[in-house]
Amino acid sequence: MNRKKNWEQILADDRTVSLFVVGLGFACGTLLVLLVGKNPAGMYQAMLQTLTGWDITRKVWNARYIGEWLTASIPLILCGLSMGFAARTGLFNIGAEGQYIVGLTAAQFVALYFPPVPVLHWVAALAAAGLAGALWGGIVGILKARFEVSEVVATIMLNYVAFFLSRWVSMAIPGANTYRTPNFPPTATLASGFLENLTNGSRLNYGLFLALLACLFYWFIIEKTNLGFSLRATGLNKEAARYSGIPVTRSIASSMIIAGMFAGFAGAAVALGSFNYGRVLGGYDNYGFNGIAVALVGNSQAGGILASGLLFGMLASSQPLMQSRQIPKEITLIISGLVVVFISLRAGVKLFLDWRAKKATRTGGRSNDE
Amino acid sequence: MDTYAIEMLEITKSFPGVLANDRITLQVKDNEVHAVLGENGAGKSTLMSILFGLYAADSGTIRVRGKEVRIDDPNHATSLGIGMVHQHFKLVHNYTVTENIILGNEPRTVWGNVGIKKAESDIQALSTQYGLDVDPKAKIESISVGMQQRVEILKILYRKASILIFDEPTAVLTPQEIDELMKIFDRLKAEGKTILLITHKLREIKATADRCTVLRRGKFIGTVEVADTSEGRLAEMMVGRKVSFSVERKPRVPGAVVLEIDNLTVRGSRGHSAVPSVKNLSLYVRKGEILGLAGVDGNGQTELIEAITGLRPIESGKITISGKDIGRATIKARIEAGMGFVPEDRHKHGLVLGFRLDENLVLKTFFAPPYTTSFGVLSRRKIFENATDLIAAFDIRAGEGPATKASSMSGGNQQKAIIAREIDLSPELLIIAQPTRGLDVGAIENIHARIVAERDKGRAVLLISFELDEIFNLCDRIAAISKGEIVGIVENKEADERKIGAMMAGMVLGREGRQG
Ligand SMILES: Nc1ncnc2c1ncn2[C@@H]1O[C@H](COP(=O)(O)OP(=O)(O)OP(=O)(O)O)[C@@H](O)[C@H]1O
Ligand SMILES: [Mg+2]
Repeated sequence: MNRKKNWEQILADDRTVSLFVVGLGFACGTLLVLLVGKNPAGMYQAMLQTLTGWDITRKVWNARYIGEWLTASIPLILCGLSMGFAARTGLFNIGAEGQYIVGLTAAQFVALYFPPVPVLHWVAALAAAGLAGALWGGIVGILKARFEVSEVVATIMLNYVAFFLSRWVSMAIPGANTYRTPNFPPTATLASGFLENLTNGSRLNYGLFLALLACLFYWFIIEKTNLGFSLRATGLNKEAARYSGIPVTRSIASSMIIAGMFAGFAGAAVALGSFNYGRVLGGYDNYGFNGIAVALVGNSQAGGILASGLLFGMLASSQPLMQSRQIPKEITLIISGLVVVFISLRAGVKLFLDWRAKKATRTGGRSNDE
Repeated sequence: MDTYAIEMLEITKSFPGVLANDRITLQVKDNEVHAVLGENGAGKSTLMSILFGLYAADSGTIRVRGKEVRIDDPNHATSLGIGMVHQHFKLVHNYTVTENIILGNEPRTVWGNVGIKKAESDIQALSTQYGLDVDPKAKIESISVGMQQRVEILKILYRKASILIFDEPTAVLTPQEIDELMKIFDRLKAEGKTILLITHKLREIKATADRCTVLRRGKFIGTVEVADTSEGRLAEMMVGRKVSFSVERKPRVPGAVVLEIDNLTVRGSRGHSAVPSVKNLSLYVRKGEILGLAGVDGNGQTELIEAITGLRPIESGKITISGKDIGRATIKARIEAGMGFVPEDRHKHGLVLGFRLDENLVLKTFFAPPYTTSFGVLSRRKIFENATDLIAAFDIRAGEGPATKASSMSGGNQQKAIIAREIDLSPELLIIAQPTRGLDVGAIENIHARIVAERDKGRAVLLISFELDEIFNLCDRIAAISKGEIVGIVENKEADERKIGAMMAGMVLGREGRQG
C-alpha cells in the first residue's frame, strides 16, 4: 500500500519526468546508431571519456576532456539560468541570445580599454557584462510591464539589434578586422593556470566558479528571498499576486533584469574565459537558444539547470570523440533535439503517467481486497 | 423491493496524508433525487469523481442498475448512462451552445460532415422536453452562468444519460437561477431521470431531494428520508454537533467612520458601454458595524469592490479609509492603510493554487517581518508556524498541514484559508465578497462568528452577498444597490426581506428596457 503511493508520487514529480525523458532520448539515440550500422558502444565510450577523461579502448586517462566538458557547460548553465529565471515569473525569455551578445561585447570592450589592474580588470569586465545583459533584459521587462509588449516579440527583435550592434562596436575598435580585435591584456582574462594544470591544459577557467555561484544565487533568490516569493507568485497566478498587493509589473521587470544578467555573465564567461581577444561575431553562438532547452530539462530549478547544463555540455563536447570512433557527431544533436521535443511533450507524458498511476492504484486496490 | 440505480459499496480512496473516502456506502434508488451532504473536505467530490471514472478507488465495489462494474474513465461512465455537471463548467467559450453540446459526439450527415442542423433541432427538442431554456445558436461567452449550466445539463442529456450527478450546482448561481434549477430537477425527475445532488444548502435538499446520504470526514454517517428529517437534524449529522443557524449579534454603538465613499463613479468592465457601472455612489461604514450590500448580480457590486480595493481605476469621486484618501493609491498602499479583502473568485484572485498552504497564508505579508528577516531573506519557519496557528484557529482541513498544495484542498477549505489570512491581517476595514459560497453549515457558522467577532473588535466590515439570509444574519445596516446606484440604506431592525427585495427589484422593474 505504502509502496504503491510512493510510486504514484514519484511519477507525478517533475524531476522524474525529466530523467525519464533524458533516458528516452538516449535510447532513441542508441537505436539510431544501430540503424546506421555502427556500434553504440563507441558513443558511450566517447561520453564516458568526456565525463571522466578515461579512454576505455586505449586505457589512458587524460583530465583535459573533463576540463573541456566543464568549459562547454559554463555558458549553457548560465543561459539556462537566464531562461529559467524568467520562466519562474511566467515569462518566455527567448532573448537570452541577445543578452548574451551584449554581455560578451561589453566584457570585450572593458577587457580592451580598462587599465590592466590585476583582479580589478576582469571584475570590471564581468560587471560590465552583467550590467549590459541586465539592461538588455530590463528593456524587455519594462516594455512588457508598462506597455504589455509581448516579451517574445521584443526579445527576438533585440536579438538582431544586439548582434549588429556588437559587430559594429567590435569592428570600430582600432586594430580590429572582420573577425577579431587585438589581444586583451592578461589581467582581463578568466584563465586560471591552476585549473588548466589540474585538467592537463584544457581551457577550463574561473568561469566555472561564476556558473556555480550563479546557480547558488539563483536558488537563493528564488527559494529563500521575498523577491523570489513575489516572482514565483506572479509566475503562478498573476491575478492573485496583483490582488495581494504584489507589484506585478515590478516583478516582471526585475525578473527580466536578473535573467538578462545571467545571460550577460554567460557572454563574459565565453569572451574572457575561452578567448584572449575580442571576437567580431559572424553569427549567433546559440548558447542563448540552447539555454531554453537547458531550462526546460532542468525544470527551471537551480539544481536541475546545473545538471542539465552539464548534460548538454557533455553532448556538445563529446562530438569530436565520437567522430574519432566513426560515430556521426550529429547523433549528439539528435539526442539533444529529441530530449527537447520529449520534454515539450511533457504534458502528454504526464497524462500518460497519470493514467498509469490510476491503473496502478486500481490493480493495487484489487489485490488489497483479496 | 426497490431497485438501485447506483450502489457504491465500501468505497475507500486515499490521497497523500488523507483518507478522503473511508468505506463509504451510497445507494441511490432509481428515479429519486438523492442528496449527498457533508462538510468541506468530507469527500463528496472524491466519491463522485470515482463514480464518474475520474479517480480509481483503492477498494470497494460499484454497481450500476444491479450490475457490478469497474468504471475506468468518463467515457465508460457516459456509456453506462452516467453524466456529471462539474462545479467549474467545461465549455469552450467561443463555440456556440450547439457546438459545445455535440463536441466529441458530432452527428454525421450521409456526406460525412457534421450535421449541425439536425443537432440544433435535436437540442431544441430536448430543451423543450425538459424545460431547459437555451438559445442553440448563442455563443457561450455571451450567455449567463445559469444558462451555461443548462448547456452542461443538455450536454449530458444529449449523450442519453439517465443518472445525473451535480457537484454543488447552486454555488455559482443567483437566487433566481437557483429557483429555476430546482424546477429543472422536478422536470428531470418527472421524465424518469435519477439525480445525485451535492450541496451544502439544507434548504435545497428539503426542497428537492427524496433521500440524503451524510458523510463526515470521509466516513459514511447515514442515509435518511428527507421528508422525516429536519434541517437541524441534517446539520447535526453532518457536523457531529448542534449547529446554530443565526449568529448572536450584541447591540453595539458604531464608532467613527472608517470607509467613506463620496460620489464615486466607475466605468464598467464590459468595456465599450458608455454607461458607468457605478454612478455617483456614496456610502460609509463605521467602526464596529457591518454594512451589507444587497443586490442582484451584475448591478455594479463587482466594479464597486474593485474600485475600493484598487483593481479598477475610478472615474471620479473619493474613497477614504480613516480620513486618508486612497482613491488612487496602489493596492499595497491600501492594504497597508488597513484594508482586508476576501475576493469573490477564490481560484482566480484569492489563492496561488500552485503554492503551498503556508505560502498562501502569507501572500500579503511575506515581504515584512517576521516572515522576511534581514536582507529580504524569508523565514520558512515563521511562515510554517503562522500556518500552523491559522489552521488551528480556523479549523482549516488540509491533508499535509501547512505543506499542502493549495490546489489539492477542497473548495471549502480553500475559502477558509483566504478568510483566515484576511482576518489575521487585523485590518481596520474588511471587505468580504460572497464569503460562504460553497461552504458547509458548520463552516458558515464558524465564519459568520468570525466576521461578527471582527465587528465586535471594532473593525468596519463591508459585506457583499447575494444571499439575503446572510445579509440579514450579519449586518447592522443594509444598503440595496441597483444599476450602480444605492437605492436606499436601512437599519437591519427596520428591514425585512420583502422591503429589501422590493428595493432591489423595484428599481429593476422601474427601469425596463435598460438591461445592465
Ligand atoms: N487530487 C487530490 N490530491 C490530494 N488530496 C486531495 C485531492 N482531492 C481531494 N483531496 C483531499 O481529499 C479530501 C476530500 O476532498 P473532496 O474534494 O472530496 O471534499 P468535498 O467533500 O468535495 O469538499 P467541498 O465541499 O469543500 O468541496 C480533502 O481533504 C482534500 O484535501
Ligand atoms: Mg467538492
